[in-house]
Amino acid sequence: MTAVRCIDLCKTYRQGDQDIKALDHVDIEITQGGFVCLSAPSGGGKTTLLNAIGGLDIPDSGEVWVAGQRIDNLSKGDLAALRLKEIGFVFQAYNLIPVLTARENVEFVMQVQGVAPADRLQKSKAILEEVGLQGLEDRRPAEMSGGQQQRVAVARAIVSRPALVLADEPTANLDSKTSDGLMELFVELNENHNTTFIIATHDQRVMAYAKRLIKMLDGRIVDDIEQRAA
Amino acid sequence: MTLAWRNLWRNHRRTIIMLAAISIGAWAMIFMTSLMRGMVNEMLRDGIRALPGHVQVHNSQYRDDPSVNNLVSMTSAEIEGALAGAGVYRFTARVRVPGIISSERESRGVTLLGVDPLQEASVSAVGSNVVEGRNLEGPDDGGVVLGRKLAEKLETEVGKRVVLMSQDPDNEVADRGYRVVGLFEANLAAHEEAFVFAGRETVQKMLRIDDRVSEVAVAGDDYRVVDALLARVRAAMNDEDEVLPWTELDSYLGTMLGVMDGFVLVWVVVIFLALSFGLVNTLVMAVFERVREIGLMLALGMRPSSILGQIIVESVLLLALGLVIGNALAFASVIPLQDGIDISIVAEGMEMFGASSILYPEIELGDVILANVVVLVLGFLASLSPAWRASRYEPVEAITKV
Repeated sequence: MTAVRCIDLCKTYRQGDQDIKALDHVDIEITQGGFVCLSAPSGGGKTTLLNAIGGLDIPDSGEVWVAGQRIDNLSKGDLAALRLKEIGFVFQAYNLIPVLTARENVEFVMQVQGVAPADRLQKSKAILEEVGLQGLEDRRPAEMSGGQQQRVAVARAIVSRPALVLADEPTANLDSKTSDGLMELFVELNENHNTTFIIATHDQRVMAYAKRLIKMLDGRIVDDIEQRAA
Repeated sequence: MTLAWRNLWRNHRRTIIMLAAISIGAWAMIFMTSLMRGMVNEMLRDGIRALPGHVQVHNSQYRDDPSVNNLVSMTSAEIEGALAGAGVYRFTARVRVPGIISSERESRGVTLLGVDPLQEASVSAVGSNVVEGRNLEGPDDGGVVLGRKLAEKLETEVGKRVVLMSQDPDNEVADRGYRVVGLFEANLAAHEEAFVFAGRETVQKMLRIDDRVSEVAVAGDDYRVVDALLARVRAAMNDEDEVLPWTELDSYLGTMLGVMDGFVLVWVVVIFLALSFGLVNTLVMAVFERVREIGLMLALGMRPSSILGQIIVESVLLLALGLVIGNALAFASVIPLQDGIDISIVAEGMEMFGASSILYPEIELGDVILANVVVLVLGFLASLSPAWRASRYEPVEAITKV
């Protein structure tokens, strides 16, 4: 089953008096349960592609399909609803709401979804335990390390069991041990819950975890490698 | 709500400064309004109790020519019966004509009031504060009660005789000698100089008008609500007589009531406008500081309308908290001053406007509600712009904002 499909995607940014092609006729299809790494040097288009798949950025042309639905022509409200229901996000930094505790950050998405408080509490406690943060539920982001904050972000991204998780440089601010811990968590979730992961990275250690590695350069896909069986 | 509350306290100093501004603004709105309201209400009450009552009955020609020729069509006895039948008990039927009072040294033009002192006390305060001698004892009392200032001008005193002169219905001079039995003091010096009180029956005999009177003044419970009383009095009196509410009898006082309501609104809005700059600035800063966070919330699936609501809730929380403190401050300021503030140092100037030398601040529920509603509603409107801006962010741009 196809989780994500992009057809002939193009996106150009204006930078000064220059046009930068962030996506240049990109075609891609990712099956449900895929674990894909997008690899590219800075400016290669991986974040733009991730944003287009997540409905955060609208391509200039082409089509984006997520969970069987074309999303590049949806309204802002519909895109928000799609992200809320289908997609979990993990960003490189500034991932958490600083005035909320770890548990409240995890509950945030469920609260927007309208999940009942008791259910939220139970799910957030369980997921924080799953990502190894039991006992830190009431800490605010400023009271946690970078790795712990990123785990909270992962917990928030997966707590509602979205079909798709998009992660943009999730290990960029983490040491190697914490990075490995986070990637093992992603793999476990991918294998146990059949969650599709698309991770934008230029970290070789992260790429090693991927089932499929897509290399980009100047907005184009230049290589698409199956690393291990899906 | 939790998020909004915590966001408020991210920058303690800024929130406290804004809270102080809103609180002081709300305090100023309510406190200053209570002072103005107290002064104007006192003026109105004094003005109304100074003789008009809430509703008056006259001959239809009396207001143009307040002479003895223009008397109410019914006699005192008929008026008492008619009003009692209509369930109206607080009224006074009085003779009120222009006259000249002469002592052995001076003469002055005055308004002669022939009253039943018991009836008069139920409607009017003027003349009741007898500070020397005694008050009139009944409608057939043969003495007069003068204002202290008038007595000084006439160089007379209690126990001395004065002559009161007016015209009878045949335009003949009607005069009579009276013994000064008492001196009264009034809030307004003008009242002490203008009014002379004598027994109604004595004045009727002097003017040869049998049991007829010039005016009937009726008091109700609330000077702001006189329509029902007006209707009852109109129904009880003859159609040929004119029955009017105090707002028409004394257009200055009536206008003042309306002007005061308008003034309160203008005052509240002006203070709010000063506040609104701080409020909008606070919200703009609060939004500007959280661009990335707002982008994150949008990326996670929060709808733009929810972001809008979130910022507005923060604004309303800030306003509500400021209003609670401001209201508490205003009540705490006014309650200790309810026994009155002595403004006698400027009293002479104030008397020109009919105000007394003691100012009694009055907090009216309507004014408090108005101040709070104006701050909340206009504050809500002022917060729409930064909130709208926040809700329009593109998540991908907001998240990467440096």
